[in-house]
Amino acid sequence: MAQYLILIYEDQNAYVENSPEVWQQAMKAHAQFAEQVGEKGGSIVGGNALQATTTATTIRGDVVTDGPFVETKEALGGYYLIEAANLDQALDIAKLCPAPYGGVEVRPVLDTPS
Amino acid sequence: MIDPASIRAALADTHRREWATVLSATVRVAGSLDLAEECTQDAFVSALEAWERTGIPRNPAAWLTTAAKRKAIDAHRRDRTLRSKLPLLIEPDGGTDVAAEPSQHPVIGDDRLRLVFTCCHPALSREAQVALTLRLVCGLTTPEIARAFLVAEATMAARVTRAKKKIAAARIPYRVPAAHELPERLDAVLTVVHLVFTTGHTAPYGDALIRGDLVGRAIELGRLLVALMPDEREARGLVALMLLTDARRASRTDEHGQLVLLEDQDRSRWDLAAIAEGHRLVLEALRGGRPGRFVLQAAIAALHAEASSHAATDWRQIVSLYDLLYQAWPSPVVLLNRAVAVAMSDGPAAGLAAVDEIDAATLAGYHYLPATRADLLRRLGRLTEAATAYRAALSMVDNETERAFLRRRLAAVQFAVGLPPSDG
Repeated sequence: MAQYLILIYEDQNAYVENSPEVWQQAMKAHAQFAEQVGEKGGSIVGGNALQATTTATTIRGDVVTDGPFVETKEALGGYYLIEAANLDQALDIAKLCPAPYGGVEVRPVLDTPS
Repeated sequence: MIDPASIRAALADTHRREWATVLSATVRVAGSLDLAEECTQDAFVSALEAWERTGIPRNPAAWLTTAAKRKAIDAHRRDRTLRSKLPLLIEPDGGTDVAAEPSQHPVIGDDRLRLVFTCCHPALSREAQVALTLRLVCGLTTPEIARAFLVAEATMAARVTRAKKKIAAARIPYRVPAAHELPERLDAVLTVVHLVFTTGHTAPYGDALIRGDLVGRAIELGRLLVALMPDEREARGLVALMLLTDARRASRTDEHGQLVLLEDQDRSRWDLAAIAEGHRLVLEALRGGRPGRFVLQAAIAALHAEASSHAATDWRQIVSLYDLLYQAWPSPVVLLNRAVAVAMSDGPAAGLAAVDEIDAATLAGYHYLPATRADLLRRLGRLTEAATAYRAALSMVDNETERAFLRRRLAAVQFAVGLPPSDG
């Protein structure tokens, strides 16, 4: 088994402007996702939704600035750290991850020799 | 003493037919694509000297596989850290005996399929998929692949290395996809093979010999896929499409190397045997259910191939097939080709209307769009507009033969209208 990070990128306006229903939908979808991961043979090690990019602070060298590292239309909104046997399994799982206003990136975690 | 020339010929022949067999069988022992490739290469080199002494073995592929596996085992013995460099995730396969002779090995076909599906994994870029397939499945050398795609050798070598690194780092598994993934994964493989074919088939520029070789390789790869997956109708469709397209090769350019359009091609120079086989494969592939995009493209090619002339072609049927193709493959290129068929069945005005229905943004930079409009406008007698469209097409075309063709058309239109000759 190896670890992969699923990074969720979405247009934040979809969540900011809209009603509590949008949030509720998202919560339901993520709960469903968590159940499905096990069925695919993997597991969720951890995961979180992140607060909006307006709350982010970036540091480059010595300089501290307001905002995300890169300003993009679809911003990083959350992540899951999962365990999967191989990339195919990780992709199978990531396809189920809710990201209706954008998409996800799947990145293998670097194996550091113990 | 055995004649060295016949040894070399036998080895070259085995290299062409069995490279994938040897490499894919060596992968399990080697544990990485890199090492498997190196050992396979070395096995072929050592065969040259060994066969001069002992003669050509009865089963050359088996000899080479044994040799390659032995080299892989030796490599691991010499360097125990090898397993950690670019390791390949090989699925444990019930009943697979790593040391078995290939001639007794029942799943030899599966190993080649594992190799093909791994090389064409969607996590790799299309360029990487093509490069890896040509290198690992067909056994083309990096310089050969670089020449075929007109990139520097170092660029191509880096592309292949990056792809192997990604396979190892992201842990792309060495396996044949499960049934539920197969349609999508197979489509990627067929797309890669078709891309190799079209690269070789396009109007000649660069190394003509290499490009002709690509056509042969693509067809051989297609046939291999049909042999290994006889129930996959799309694979059959792809082979049919390639055969039917390649059948027209002799008539595509004239004696000056200039492009000849389908409507002007000398059909007596078409390869009848290839057309017959293509036709048979299309009929086989159409049986048993909903045709996919390669079968449909092949069916369209078959209709062209069996028509005695451009005018006598069953254009109505072709339009219907394009309608089905669009459902299977909603690409604007399909709509454009359909519009050309509509022009033939219902006249250039109807064709132009069909072209103008397409969202031009989806075909930005695609020179066939303005070129098609230009041709239809020309046929409608709207020559000034045709000239504008030809100029637009010229600003986008990247192929010398096609550029020359468009220039001639533009010049003819300008002459007819009395415009001064001027280029795009």
